[in-house]
Amino acid sequence: MAVFVYAENINGVYKKAALEAVSYAKAIADQAGDTVTAISVNPTDSSDVLYKYGASNVINIKDEGLKNFSAKAFAQAVNEVADGNTIVFPHTTDASSLAPMLAVMKNYSLITNVLEAPESLSPFQVKRRAFSGKGFMHAKAEGNGVIITVSQNAFGVKESAVSGSEEVKNLSVANEDTKVISHEQSSGKLDLKEAEIVVSAGRGMKGPENWGMIEDLANVLGAATACSKPVSDIGWRPHTEHVGQTGKAISPNLYIAVGISGAIQHLAGVNSSKTIVVINNDAEAPFFKSADYGVVGDAFQIIPALTEKIKAIKG
Amino acid sequence: MKILVCISSVPDTTSKINFTADKSAFDKNGIQWVINPLDEFALTKAVKLQETQGATVTVINVGDAATEPVIRKALAIGANDAVRVNLDPKDSYSTAKEIAAVAQNGGYDLILCGKESIDYNGGSVPGMVAQLLNQPFVNASVGLDVNGSEATAVREIEGGKETISVKLPAVIAGQKGLVDEKDLIIPNMRGIMSARTKPLQVVEPASSEVKVQGVSYDSVPPRAAVKMVSPDNLDELVRLLHEEAKVI
Ligand SMILES: Cc1cc2nc3c(=O)[nH]c(=O)nc-3n(C[C@H](O)[C@H](O)[C@H](O)COP(=O)(O)OP(=O)(O)OC[C@H]3O[C@@H](n4cnc5c(N)ncnc54)[C@H](O)[C@@H]3O)c2cc1C
Repeated sequence: MAVFVYAENINGVYKKAALEAVSYAKAIADQAGDTVTAISVNPTDSSDVLYKYGASNVINIKDEGLKNFSAKAFAQAVNEVADGNTIVFPHTTDASSLAPMLAVMKNYSLITNVLEAPESLSPFQVKRRAFSGKGFMHAKAEGNGVIITVSQNAFGVKESAVSGSEEVKNLSVANEDTKVISHEQSSGKLDLKEAEIVVSAGRGMKGPENWGMIEDLANVLGAATACSKPVSDIGWRPHTEHVGQTGKAISPNLYIAVGISGAIQHLAGVNSSKTIVVINNDAEAPFFKSADYGVVGDAFQIIPALTEKIKAIKG
Repeated sequence: MKILVCISSVPDTTSKINFTADKSAFDKNGIQWVINPLDEFALTKAVKLQETQGATVTVINVGDAATEPVIRKALAIGANDAVRVNLDPKDSYSTAKEIAAVAQNGGYDLILCGKESIDYNGGSVPGMVAQLLNQPFVNASVGLDVNGSEATAVREIEGGKETISVKLPAVIAGQKGLVDEKDLIIPNMRGIMSARTKPLQVVEPASSEVKVQGVSYDSVPPRAAVKMVSPDNLDELVRLLHEEAKVI
């Protein structure tokens, strides 16, 4: 049961989600008594990074035509080299776009949003996120091949160094259906889905001009920022920060919710956070029922004070 | 231009999610059904293209007769006609197969979907449909223009966005941003009345192969009781986060 894993890179550098997917693949391979082969497209990072998490084989696809992402072309490329019946992907935007296409190409089962190591390998059965975080599904794959996408921050990145070897595959996949016209990436900003700490704020912040204190707190914590849906609907924050049932689902180690009521649709996207802190001036805010720690009080006083205290311990 | 919009009928977003006593299935008792919110962005975009480019908009739903009120709502929002594939779908693959089978003969220039349904969160149907039809696929789309046989789509990427030109026919999966939230169409009386007489064709499923089974379901375990900290004692909050939760 050769285990393959798609090691996604961004501008050539492996993403944290890729290392998590490799860690997951390694856990399956250990269970099955097999090894992990990682596949990556035009990486610049060293394969040593992947050996460290358990990939003993790395196939580097070199293809000028795959400079820009196209779900179909990437699926074709992975299809050419992934020669096993278990293929692991991170549940990132790109990987979760190409995985369904690959599943059809290979006629394999596809299980997305996987949260834990498999409950059984044959048949493949695993716990996955469902009902937007309001429930879990134990999904079983029929047939003889399975592709999974691992929910970000769910399994964790686990070191398991092996000695590995690298193979370069020169491909030239036709990529004519789509053409990238422009690509904008804000550098230096922490990716919300990968962040281990997220500071999030809602309508209680009263206006976009008050987000400075949220960003200050996020900065001292090395956190990403997020918001509730009405906040992005009104345009106080970009919709890429909207978390919840209709926004992003995240599972950081620490989620700090400031001036957010805790509506069921908001909780759906954040309730798999490991620790939740709620700061709200309304002691009756529903969010307190889903929190680990709560502070009733005015965010405008609490946030700057909390920022100073955390700065102090971070020294 | 012919557009096919895939809609999924899902529990209303305020629904409490319960499972049957033996945990083998989602308990549909007392659930209000709505158009999957992410599909609503796709549907509204299609209706806009109908207005500006004279496109015809067909909605498709794979579902049993119980989903018809949701299909009528899509017609009330402005779709021209609808197809229901008479199958209570069991997984993403069987759903995608049925959509692709209908699309195959329809000659659609554009297939629009929501990027994920808020019930089973598969996020798989759009990509599978694209591959089954051998068409290009753009996921997580937050902008779309159509120009003859080409579309320009904006897709969200981690930490940014990308603008892509796509040859039609193609499959595009959208989310919030594809149209503004405020532009979502709430059906008016005229729309609701005309939806009653718009064609809703029911077709029988082409195949019933299932690739993933939901074996059992669990609810989310409740969190331990919240620890309240006084706003005058933030040192205690920092201590708890540092020493107890070990997250900072
Ligand atoms: C189809 C649908 C999908 C949805 N999807 C999502 C989703 O994905 N994500 C999402 O977030 N929502 C979603 N919602 C909206 C959701 O129902 C709530 O309306 C929303 O989460 C509320 O946002 P909020 O808590 O920021 O605002 P509010 O409900 O206005 O709450 C603001 C909170 O701030 C507190 N507050 C005010 N001033 C202060 C202060 N000075 N200090 C401290 N606290 C203060 C208030 O007490 C209140 O609790 C959806 C709704 C629908 C209908």
